[in-house]
Amino acid sequence: MIYLETPKKFQALVAQAHQVAQQVFRPISRKYDRAEHTDPKELDMLAALLDGMNEAGGTGGAGAAGVRRESQSQNDGANRNGSNLSTVLGIMELCWGDVALTLSLPRQGLGNAAIASVANEEQLARFKGRWAAMAITEPHCGSDSAAIRTTARLDGDHYILNGEKIYVTAGHRADLVVVWATLDRSLGRAAIKSFVVEKGTPGFEEVRLEHKLGIRASDTAAFVLKDCRVPKENLLGSPEINVEKGFAGVMQTFDNTRPLVAAMAVGLARACLDETRRLLERAGIEIDYRRAAAQQSAAAAEFLKMEADYEAARLLTLQAAWMADNRRPNSLQASMAKAKAGRTGVEVALKCLELAGAVGYAEGEEGAGLLEKWARDAKILDIFEGTQQIQLLIIARRLLNKSSAELK
Amino acid sequence: MTKLADRAMGYGLRALNHFAGLALVDRLRLRKPAERLLYRAARGGFRSAAAAGRVFSAARKLMQPERPARVGESALFDLTPTEEQRMLQEAARSFADERLRAAAAQADAACAAPAELLAQSRELGLAALGVPEALGGTGSERNAVTNVLVAEALAHGDLGLALACLAPAAVSTALSLWGDAEQQAKYLPAFTGENPPAAALALMEARPLFDPFALETRARERGDGYVLEGVKTLVPLAASAELFVVAAQLAERGPALFLVESSTAGVSIEAEPAMGLRAAATGRLRLDRVELPRSALLGSGEARIYEDCVQLARLGWCALACGTAQAVLDYVIPYVNEREAFGEPISHRQSVAFTVADIAIELEGLRLATWRAASRAERGLPFAHEVALARRLCSDRGMAIGSHGVQLLGGHGYVKEHPVERWYRDLRAAGLMEGAVLV
Repeated sequence: MIYLETPKKFQALVAQAHQVAQQVFRPISRKYDRAEHTDPKELDMLAALLDGMNEAGGTGGAGAAGVRRESQSQNDGANRNGSNLSTVLGIMELCWGDVALTLSLPRQGLGNAAIASVANEEQLARFKGRWAAMAITEPHCGSDSAAIRTTARLDGDHYILNGEKIYVTAGHRADLVVVWATLDRSLGRAAIKSFVVEKGTPGFEEVRLEHKLGIRASDTAAFVLKDCRVPKENLLGSPEINVEKGFAGVMQTFDNTRPLVAAMAVGLARACLDETRRLLERAGIEIDYRRAAAQQSAAAAEFLKMEADYEAARLLTLQAAWMADNRRPNSLQASMAKAKAGRTGVEVALKCLELAGAVGYAEGEEGAGLLEKWARDAKILDIFEGTQQIQLLIIARRLLNKSSAELK
Repeated sequence: MTKLADRAMGYGLRALNHFAGLALVDRLRLRKPAERLLYRAARGGFRSAAAAGRVFSAARKLMQPERPARVGESALFDLTPTEEQRMLQEAARSFADERLRAAAAQADAACAAPAELLAQSRELGLAALGVPEALGGTGSERNAVTNVLVAEALAHGDLGLALACLAPAAVSTALSLWGDAEQQAKYLPAFTGENPPAAALALMEARPLFDPFALETRARERGDGYVLEGVKTLVPLAASAELFVVAAQLAERGPALFLVESSTAGVSIEAEPAMGLRAAATGRLRLDRVELPRSALLGSGEARIYEDCVQLARLGWCALACGTAQAVLDYVIPYVNEREAFGEPISHRQSVAFTVADIAIELEGLRLATWRAASRAERGLPFAHEVALARRLCSDRGMAIGSHGVQLLGGHGYVKEHPVERWYRDLRAAGLMEGAVLV
């Protein structure tokens, strides 16, 4: 029965997340944008609360708890609204408050999402309650993650890791870093595995924190791995190199995390729209949903256009999450959601800023004064977890049935 | 008063339309002359009487109007159509892909849907879909989503022909949703019977920045009825429709809907071929001091009725745009894979491949927004806001898809050998039309 509203059972969660965004995030949003690399202590207590919510029903949090595919045996054809949907709904609200603070929530990192997605039971138990960041990018490769040079060599009970990792979100504050490394560079993608590296492991050194355009409350770390010994039980997934299956193992994580990033962009876009609507109303401009855009002021028409794209991005995101809940392959939809939401977030934020003028462009502490910050934050959402261009490649290859060798 | 000569011309035009649909025309090399004649007729904008309508009469009296039941509240987010919806979708899809697509180019050229095809579409029972079972229809519940799915499926075949098939359903749906007992008893049996009439919902008026809430067509109260005066534009099946639902400004009360039988004195039709939607034989409906009984006012003219009518029509156009945009996507994928340039398929180029990806992304967004608005409508939730967003997407993104379709085929897209030029013309209508369809 086709129905696209927020399900009743998640309404309380959405309201709760919105409260957190409004009462906790917004008041400290500007403070930590200015004080880059300062630990937002206010989030520790909140993280404990989120842990509690995750424990209680597995339907909360900022994504780390929610991306595990549930067992196949439950596939009875009945419609399910599960943790994937509740998680994107929660993230939309939190990122309405602040994207960077959402990314800084302890124990809700993308590394946690990876662990939750592919770890075995023993690993799940061992890494429970730890904050995990994700390290894929290297100085010479970003989107082309198959080209990573960090190596892992088995030596007795340990893997020895060597290489350099950059752009590790929350890498400074996290307890663990999930590091991508290759077991054999000559075997290409199939040899790439992910390893959980504990902070403090000898040979694992944080060398730098980046100064960024936006999401400044979220630290972005660079690491060097030099003969870093990691217990072999810390390899996530199968240690076998399966050339047939190729990249599927590690890339599967992305099918789960792309809707999360899409949800971040959707939440941010709504924050921009909410503030802009208020500004326009104060300026005496009415947005009339009954009349065509051409019959309204240019600002109102522009607003309608933005809100329509926001709605498309939001529904695509919910669709991708809903498909995951119902165990339908959603790689295509996850990329469509990420592509649409990523670009919509940027377009909406920048256009809202234009409409707001100096009110939005000048740094303020709250409301429309945060528009310039949101426009800076938005850009990363069209880049990390797969850029706009990579999403379009994935979508096009799938639709046109092309290999990565044919459609480059 | 309609002149006899005009009437004769009107019949002539219709006969010619029928004629143009026959394969025989090509065999006898009569195509060119026939088309020229049609063209002249259209250019001249000559006026004719409306279709000689049947006599609508109530078979039995209804004490209360019958309404489709509201869809119950849903607890969960869901994108799966019901079993019944899937069946209807399948039926509409195979009819569209086998029959409508095949007939589309010729119907577009002839400015008319083949009569045989319309008869087949009537067998699908489209006009009975929105009619409650108690009145002989097949719609037990309010089914805006079902109607959206069916419109989408039909427009995948051809948008103009889909409009021709669905125009009568707009009238039967309006009667089901808003007609009083007397109006339902009088008109609805015809729509659920053997030979349902052609009919059309006429909202639009020909002026720039048209606002359906500021109509120039007027209804004055006079004696025991109303007098209508004005001109409606781009009315589907205008010349063959036997019954119209016409929007007019009712004195001080605001816009309202009126039931106008084609045989009423003062009703006349002009052919009005347009950029697209040509298979639906669009025309102008001229109302020249048309006297109507009091019972012609649909649902006693409540403001909410007209408001809903405007929104449900816009939603119908979004659904039609989804179907045609899907047709574009399905057509360009094999084309860009097969077409070679510089020694390889053009789909190996990102500028081409990314355009295909964008079509898919924006189409899916438009579809979901349309479905959301429809699912709210059938549950009795407010839905005007959601329709506005879907319509914005339909107008911007839907049209862009039509344009991409032609662009990806290049020069081949510009000639009538491929359907993308027709979809380009039809998709422009979807974001600007008012009325004509209802879901």
